[in-house]
Amino acid sequence: MIKTLKDTTSAQIQNALIEVRQSLGMTSSTVFTLIAVAGADDYDETFDACVEAGREHPSRIILVGDGSSRSTRLDAELHLGESMPGELIALRFHGELSQHKGSTLLPLLLPDSPVIAWWAGAAPEAPAEDEIGKLAKRRITDAMGSADPLATLRARAASLRPGDIDMTWTRLTAWRALLAAALDQHTDTVTHACVEAAANNAGGLLLAGWLRSRLDAPVDFVVSEGPGVTAVTMATASGDVSVARTDGKMASFSLPDRPTRKVALRRREVSALLAEELRRLDNDPVFSAAMESLVTDFAHAGNGTKEQA
Amino acid sequence: MPSTYTNPLRDPQDRRLPRVAGPAALVMFGVTGDLARKKLLPGIYDLANRGLLPPSFALVGYGRRDWDRDAFSEYVREAMQQHARTPYRSEVFRQIDEGVRFVSGAFDDDEGFLTLAETLRDLDENHGTEGNHAFYLSIPPSGFDQVIEQLRKHQLVDKSKRTPWSRVVIEKPFGHDLASARELEERVSSVFNSDSVFRIDHYLGKETVQNMLAMRFANQLFEPMWSRNYVSHVQITMAEDIGIEGRAGYYDGIGAARDVIQNHLLQLMALVAMEEPTSFAADNLRREKEKVLAAARAPRNLKSHTARGQYTAGWQGGRHVRGYLEEDGIDPASQTETYAAFRVDIDNRRWAGVPFYLRAAKRMPRRVTEIALMMDAAPHLPFAHTDTAELGSNALVLRIQPNEGVTLRFGAKVPATQMEIRDVTMDFSYGASFAESSPEAYERLILDVLLGDPPLFPQHTEVELSWMILDPILDYWAAKDHQPEGYAAGTWGPPSGRTMLERDGFTWRRP
Repeated sequence: MIKTLKDTTSAQIQNALIEVRQSLGMTSSTVFTLIAVAGADDYDETFDACVEAGREHPSRIILVGDGSSRSTRLDAELHLGESMPGELIALRFHGELSQHKGSTLLPLLLPDSPVIAWWAGAAPEAPAEDEIGKLAKRRITDAMGSADPLATLRARAASLRPGDIDMTWTRLTAWRALLAAALDQHTDTVTHACVEAAANNAGGLLLAGWLRSRLDAPVDFVVSEGPGVTAVTMATASGDVSVARTDGKMASFSLPDRPTRKVALRRREVSALLAEELRRLDNDPVFSAAMESLVTDFAHAGNGTKEQA
Repeated sequence: MPSTYTNPLRDPQDRRLPRVAGPAALVMFGVTGDLARKKLLPGIYDLANRGLLPPSFALVGYGRRDWDRDAFSEYVREAMQQHARTPYRSEVFRQIDEGVRFVSGAFDDDEGFLTLAETLRDLDENHGTEGNHAFYLSIPPSGFDQVIEQLRKHQLVDKSKRTPWSRVVIEKPFGHDLASARELEERVSSVFNSDSVFRIDHYLGKETVQNMLAMRFANQLFEPMWSRNYVSHVQITMAEDIGIEGRAGYYDGIGAARDVIQNHLLQLMALVAMEEPTSFAADNLRREKEKVLAAARAPRNLKSHTARGQYTAGWQGGRHVRGYLEEDGIDPASQTETYAAFRVDIDNRRWAGVPFYLRAAKRMPRRVTEIALMMDAAPHLPFAHTDTAELGSNALVLRIQPNEGVTLRFGAKVPATQMEIRDVTMDFSYGASFAESSPEAYERLILDVLLGDPPLFPQHTEVELSWMILDPILDYWAAKDHQPEGYAAGTWGPPSGRTMLERDGFTWRRP
């Protein structure tokens, strides 16, 4: 059911939650609190992704958005039992209150369980220093949600703190799995690698960074037509290992001396990425290493230029 | 492959990166069966959709149908589209479809197996499956011998080689008593290495086993009470609401004890009762299960502590249903039990004197599988007798299905009374706290087979130990040579099932 509270406080929200739960006969089995920060233009998409993620991870999801009213007040909408096991609290901060969100959020965090913050669109430059970021153990950003993804990813790499993660990394899991599987089969040393991706694709850059951090070989980052990452080639003495995808759906997978195979390699929607991210609440040192290699090795990438990492 | 090779892109700390299976062909016997259509093929799709199947994966169907490749491919697509757990996408199917083949033939048909060998050779060369073959025997036990013999005869399996590998999946029943289980084992092991044999328990997914291990061994809370010091007895129930559902040919003569207690319930018992394994490596886990199964035995007094029944016509869940003897294809004089219950004692320090009661039955009021650890009463109750009249014993219940989770039952004061104590429950459910859809047991199994992960499923020693517990009971029942006690469909079983516990001062909980 949906319950709307106008001009309310954290305490009233708490009480309303308990009331609704009792009237529905629900008990709470939520395992963490997710604070999702939405901008004006991605509010609906973020809301949907929260509901989807809530289905896989029953949790208390607090959706934070700024309201348009000039008077200082808090509006809330509680969604419970709406085809999702957890609870969703959609908050609108109006007026001066939007500068003091922490005071409202702190009492609403579930006791003794992890807090995760997620910025679907633009994120603060230093998420760990942010008022909401400070409440969270884990902070999820998405460079692809910003105006200049490559620059954002680089800036994030420079100020990475434990607990920070970017969804650009989550998007790469399937690519990384295929590439790792390729080197399970083909055991020659990689002498040179090349990542091709659309001009604005942060994933391509990070994939190049990952390869750089793992392989003892030069890695190129080349701009292509897209969509997303279009190809990765790893050269070895006996031939090229390559995974190429031009339609965003189906990739061809080829190893030296072996028949080329087709593999489904789909671009995933935000809710699937968020669900994967919520499955892991621990630090990811492999991500940190990939990010680190962006700071030390990449110069600024221009359109159509070849860049060596 | 040099043994020192480490893949530079893999890192033990990289826990996001899934292990993708290596190149392989999966050959399925019995591919037109219900299980293949509803579980196995959809499981393969789900694996591919999650990116866990190798690019060089081939699926070969073997069966009597007069199908060509395209007809089989259409059958596979339909099964996947209808029953897959994850959303259907045509590009995922296209990936699988490239490696789909069908070989037409009977189990005793040399021609068919020659074609199968030819097909596999072709896939190895032109599809990159590299000689790795898994054989899934989704067929009745009567076909096992033939297929395994054919695989040997046509040299489809080379036991002496580790790479490329050959593996086999077989399903219960693993024999019908100790002697036949040993025979089966001999035949299978003459063709396959023992660690290449994967025995699947339909009911017990790897996820469930791992959930139980995590609950028992990752927590400090439960271990202290997990023994005879606090547990008075343990009840393990597997109730099905369905009857035999057209499986007369399989079920009659087998019965509830052989069908599920031998494998499923005794496995659950072993997981609950075993000591902590040194590690969760398959070997160590198996060792602990074997130890506790070896310490378990049938009750001394078989007359008092076993019960069997057969459902009669009745009302089950709002529908009138036939009795067992009236089911199609059942001998009207059949003595096969559809309800089996007995006590097991475990002779070790932790469990001496704590009876484990196992029951499995069809046509019960509802479908439920659970393990209940019933606690002793508090040594002293500082209340008036009337205060605690409604207080039962504390219980910790591991719910296996449906709605997998844990229930804790304890006493609480009824508000606004002077002092009245009553049982309340606290529920945890995996579905409500974690991923809504965890992988199906079959999905995990197929992946384990392709990865060569030693399965958590029983190996032959466990199978044999389980038969050793069950054989005396089966012999006793066979020697009695009379009709099992009737119970109306839709009830919790015959009176002898109840008296079996009452004799020891307990009652079955209503699951």
